[in-house]
Amino acid sequence: MFGLTKRDSTLLIIVILLTVLAPFILNPFPEGSAMAQFNAGYPDLMQRLVIFGIFAIGFNILFGLTGYLSFGHAAFLGVGSYAAIWMMKLLTMNVVPAIIISVVVAGLFSLLVGWISLRRSGIYFSILTLAFAQMSYSLAYSVLTPITGGETGLQPKVDDPRILDGALAAGQTPRANFFGLEMGTSYELELGNWIFTFNAGYYIAAIVMILAFYLSIRIFRSPFGMMLRAVKSNQQRVNYTGLNAKPYTLAAFVISGMYAGLAGGLLVAMDTQVGAERMFWTASGEVVLMTILGGAGTLIGPVLGAGFIKYMENIVSKINKSVLEQWFAFMPDGIEDFLIAIVYPFIGKGWHLTLGILFMLVVIFLPGGLVEGGQRIGRLFKRKKPSDDAADGKTTPAE
Amino acid sequence: MDAIILQILNGLDKGSAYALIALGLTLIFGTLGVVNFAHGALFMIGAFCAVTLSRILTLSHTIIDETQKDFLGNPLKVDVPYIYDIFGQQTGDAIIDWAVPLSILFAIPVMIGIGFIMERGLIKHFYKRPHADQILVTFGLAIVLQEIIKYFYGANPIPTPAPDAFRGSFDFGAMLGFDPNTIIYPYWRLVYFAFAAVIIGAVFAFLQFTTFGMVVRAGMADRETVGLLGINIDKRFTIMFGIAAAVAGLAGVMYTPINSPNYHMGMDFLVLSFVVVVVGGMGSLPGAVLAGFLLGILESFASMAVVLEILPGINQIIIYLVAIIILLTRPRGLMGRRGVMEE
Repeated sequence: MFGLTKRDSTLLIIVILLTVLAPFILNPFPEGSAMAQFNAGYPDLMQRLVIFGIFAIGFNILFGLTGYLSFGHAAFLGVGSYAAIWMMKLLTMNVVPAIIISVVVAGLFSLLVGWISLRRSGIYFSILTLAFAQMSYSLAYSVLTPITGGETGLQPKVDDPRILDGALAAGQTPRANFFGLEMGTSYELELGNWIFTFNAGYYIAAIVMILAFYLSIRIFRSPFGMMLRAVKSNQQRVNYTGLNAKPYTLAAFVISGMYAGLAGGLLVAMDTQVGAERMFWTASGEVVLMTILGGAGTLIGPVLGAGFIKYMENIVSKINKSVLEQWFAFMPDGIEDFLIAIVYPFIGKGWHLTLGILFMLVVIFLPGGLVEGGQRIGRLFKRKKPSDDAADGKTTPAE
Repeated sequence: MDAIILQILNGLDKGSAYALIALGLTLIFGTLGVVNFAHGALFMIGAFCAVTLSRILTLSHTIIDETQKDFLGNPLKVDVPYIYDIFGQQTGDAIIDWAVPLSILFAIPVMIGIGFIMERGLIKHFYKRPHADQILVTFGLAIVLQEIIKYFYGANPIPTPAPDAFRGSFDFGAMLGFDPNTIIYPYWRLVYFAFAAVIIGAVFAFLQFTTFGMVVRAGMADRETVGLLGINIDKRFTIMFGIAAAVAGLAGVMYTPINSPNYHMGMDFLVLSFVVVVVGGMGSLPGAVLAGFLLGILESFASMAVVLEILPGINQIIIYLVAIIILLTRPRGLMGRRGVMEE
């Protein structure tokens, strides 16, 4: 299908099904039940799931294929966001030009950063990208305030020029739309006790993500992708073969920067505001976490990682003490209090603690991320068939 | 002239902190070959050692004081720190007042212990793994440590004052023959600088003039040969990790009066310290110290009003800018050695 092998097609179909059916999958609990607060099928979160999926897919093209660990990818996301919001302020509230320009601007910016940073490799590369990202962040906060809005950030205002849109009617606020279809439009389907929300913005983002995923499969399977893997496994040997690795790594860097810009543009399209904190280095760290957690260098890993982190963030930070008390209510009092005291630091505001521990465990025991975990479990069940070639399903662990 | 001296002085305290953290980072990198992203967290834990000690010292019990009456004539309830019971009121007050310097004694064993646990429990398993894995696992550890501190101490900065004797500032300009009130410098910052200089000197002297230090230096140069000579180099490197942790911790302890500690201070310093290490040259101890002070002073120069008029916002980015320029023109950093971390 579309020039993909059978395995890749299956992977693509799985991703398509997951994204299209997300409103059902993420809403497993009936409305009004005690568990309903853990439903994740509301538009805002679903949009974030797929948008950060795009971000992580792009990061994986750089880190997973070439092994260059960038600690400054959030800068491209931020730059893309600013470009998109300016399109919305100056041209039109239609999201298409905004998203296109965010990709272009992020691509140009990543070309500049990559051209400089890729002169060095290893930890120096990480520090250089980090330095660039921190510089962008500080500048966005201070000197560039006329362009970035500084601490308040940017939102479309009623009196922005918007050349293509024409004047708004009195009392109307500018809303992001896709040729007239507003991003916030939702259709609610009631099935018995369940309410499923189908949101226009989510499906636009989801389609973009599926396209982005398809493109990343093609890159992974192309000669270009092979070249990048060669750089990862032994750059010196690539050089000795007489090949210049720089154009390839730079191309990978720019592509992943454009993915980040795309994610930034989509974030603006869904929620029309930008702040500089989007470029802070913890945001860059987050996408690293997503990619590693899912499985760097695998196709579906980053998507799973992004989904997992954003979903768990939502669920875990919603659990509070009273919920815990409900869960452990069946136990004797002393044990109940003891269990609550143990679990309490890890939930609610302690989400980052859980995330940190989880991340460490993954890096220590499961360098291939969730995907490798799945494969190990799969192999455990398959072991009964001795003819099965174990090496077939094996991926190279992330480096 | 006086403005220049003032800026150099202003840069010294931040530069000292950068230099101390960068020194520890370089020690760990030079001995164990591990890139430790959790080093900022050690700095932060050191700062919270000071907070903890001052809390322990002010632990109180309530007694009913018959001599003081409230407006109804009932005896007042007064909180009395336990330390009064042991040392009497005057000495007790003095001890509480000197909580931050006393924390040094408290922090050294704590930090060395934490360093040992970290090295033996986690870092040991990452010697042979790629640098990216080391960065990632220590980054995860940094998040965990920082969240643990946040859980116990809350998210707000905790003011921890310096002893009364060092509060306030002195007129440095008058001493040098400039007009009075042009160069005013807080005492504690001078203490911090002197402290940092002592620690740095001690570390260098330890490496240079003791047998232990000699073996460690030999191990840094050629680990395998030292191992073949029948020396347990791993054990010594673990001790060096403890020392590096203690250096970072002490930098944190003494920094508390300058900047009230909060749980993310380590991360803020870590990013800059890494830049410092890279500028100084990966694996070079003098380079790390030099770059630390240099960048600290440069940063304070960049925040002068005259400079800001010409180049607005330069104070925010100067360190990164310098790092980028140095990395591109002198790939090994200021004093980097050949063959260290060159891919």
